Amino acid sequence: MLQEVVSAHLPVGEKLAIQKNRIAGAHPEARRIAVVTGTHGDELEGQYVAWKLARLLEKKRDRLHGTVDIYPALNPLGISTIYRGLPGFDLDMNRIFPGSSTETMYEHIAQGIVRDIAGADLCIDIHASNIFLREIPQIRINEKNAQELLPLAHFLNMDFVWVHGAATVLESTLAYSLNDMGTPTLVVEMGVGMRITESYGNQLIYGIFAVMNHLGMLDEPFIPVAPPIVSTDGHVAFVNAAESGIFLPRVSHAERVEKGQTIGIVSNPFTGEISEKLLSPISGMVFTLREYPLVNEGSLIARVLGGAAS
Amino acid sequence: MNKELLYNISAMPYRQPIPVYGWRFGGPQRTLAVMGAIRGDEYQQMYIAARLIHRLEKLEASGALSEDAGILVIPCAAQFSLNVSRRFWPLDNTDINRMFPGYEDGETTQRLAHKIFHALQGYHWGIHLTSLYLPGDFVPHIRVMKTGWQKEEEGLDFGLPYLIIRSPRPYDTVTLNYNWQVWETHAFSLYTKENSDIDPVSAEMAVDSILRFLASHGLLQAELPPGQTTVPCDESHMATFYSTQAGLLFPQKYPGDKVVPGDVVARILDPCTTEVREEIKSSVSGEVFFLRSARLLPEHTIVCRIIPGT
Repeated sequence: MLQEVVSAHLPVGEKLAIQKNRIAGAHPEARRIAVVTGTHGDELEGQYVAWKLARLLEKKRDRLHGTVDIYPALNPLGISTIYRGLPGFDLDMNRIFPGSSTETMYEHIAQGIVRDIAGADLCIDIHASNIFLREIPQIRINEKNAQELLPLAHFLNMDFVWVHGAATVLESTLAYSLNDMGTPTLVVEMGVGMRITESYGNQLIYGIFAVMNHLGMLDEPFIPVAPPIVSTDGHVAFVNAAESGIFLPRVSHAERVEKGQTIGIVSNPFTGEISEKLLSPISGMVFTLREYPLVNEGSLIARVLGGAAS
Repeated sequence: MNKELLYNISAMPYRQPIPVYGWRFGGPQRTLAVMGAIRGDEYQQMYIAARLIHRLEKLEASGALSEDAGILVIPCAAQFSLNVSRRFWPLDNTDINRMFPGYEDGETTQRLAHKIFHALQGYHWGIHLTSLYLPGDFVPHIRVMKTGWQKEEEGLDFGLPYLIIRSPRPYDTVTLNYNWQVWETHAFSLYTKENSDIDPVSAEMAVDSILRFLASHGLLQAELPPGQTTVPCDESHMATFYSTQAGLLFPQKYPGDKVVPGDVVARILDPCTTEVREEIKSSVSGEVFFLRSARLLPEHTIVCRIIPGT
């Protein structure tokens, strides 16, 4: 059942409404998980998950205990205009949480979203990188919450869990705000902006059912999932372009590479020259790979997980 | 005066090299640095810095600068965005003023922030001519961030109408002002009336205030217009007025206007009938400090801020 979470009137005859699809089983108050996506208007991987999850849950409703709230679009104006940020506003939506009632419309919206999700047994916040980088299915966890979140992350059927350092600026994200309020929140990153990778979506949905099973929300036999690689078992190396031009990959995404292996080249279409060869600094697995060909000095080309994965 | 190439932005082959220059006055010591446009719509900020260069050139030639003065002015580091009419870095819409102190080996805007910060670091005082994320007009003022290192009493030396003290939010921790302070520069942000246009009157007021600041610290001997008595005000003490209706915004008062309780500050009209949907009235006596300049206004959004009791 579609429900309005929070809304605000736009200047000319339209309402901005954040909606959720509430799917309730037996004892709807017993447990609640929130599956949220669409914070960045150019990330569409979560749209497939929202659609497919809703369809599958309808079929499983007789085995469902508690409530699943699916929020397909936290930034519907961004999605409808193919715009990553908040149309008409300079800040990234994932930098204005937990929101405020005393600033702007979007901060009012952010506050309404946080208040609606708060208290859930688990929130899964689905992102799709951006248009520049392709990511393997992974979970990102702030080291501050690692102890509590890592056990839950293991159920989500993702390939990789990246426990990253705390940064003050990230205190304005939805996940930080909810975790800070005591609502466990896992951030999923997978795929690439403006595209949908159905296999990744299906993999995550399998994991959502596994974690629901773990939480006692699905009356089904336990679903085994493969354990993810955890970043703390190895280390992450970054490859950035030193030159501008057109990037051409020489490895595949998620491929294993050796130290010194060419990940790709930066080409110069004006001269036919190779401006730069980009080499892997370590042996390991390329879990992030540049998707958008145009690069500038500093553009991220790849992230390689060494150590346990190698 | 010495015009110096600080660094080049290289985005070959699609853009030609973009030089970023600084203008130096006085001796080699690092006394005062002034940063102009970092974003691509900061015309006013670039113009103020350019006018400051013009005035300092004449003052230096006349021997008005003291031997202790070593001044750097960078009018613009945003050419890549300015020349294509984009506020942020055009490729990924990231904001260089959310990347400080920068990272030499990081992504493009982190590297640019590093280059800017490298040029600006080590000065005793720093002034950032900057803009707010909300489009609007201000009474010209100095803003100091409450970091624990701030020297807010020095903000009175500019002779501008107000000194605003701001408690930083998480996203402030990656701005130039905040990081200048962390690296022991006494940092101030200077706001004037305009942003993506030029207001010569408030721009000259800003230039005078910077010269007055130099004079008050014995670094300049010159005849300058007298400053105003600066009123310090904590940002949290301002009275803020919001829209409870959406529509067309028609201001009735402007920055600098005095108001008493009951005065109509702005009206919001139905965009299709011009019927008055809302009259935003002041509940305090004071001076209008900030007014939104957007014509189309959504619900739940700041319309104006008033400094009470002035």
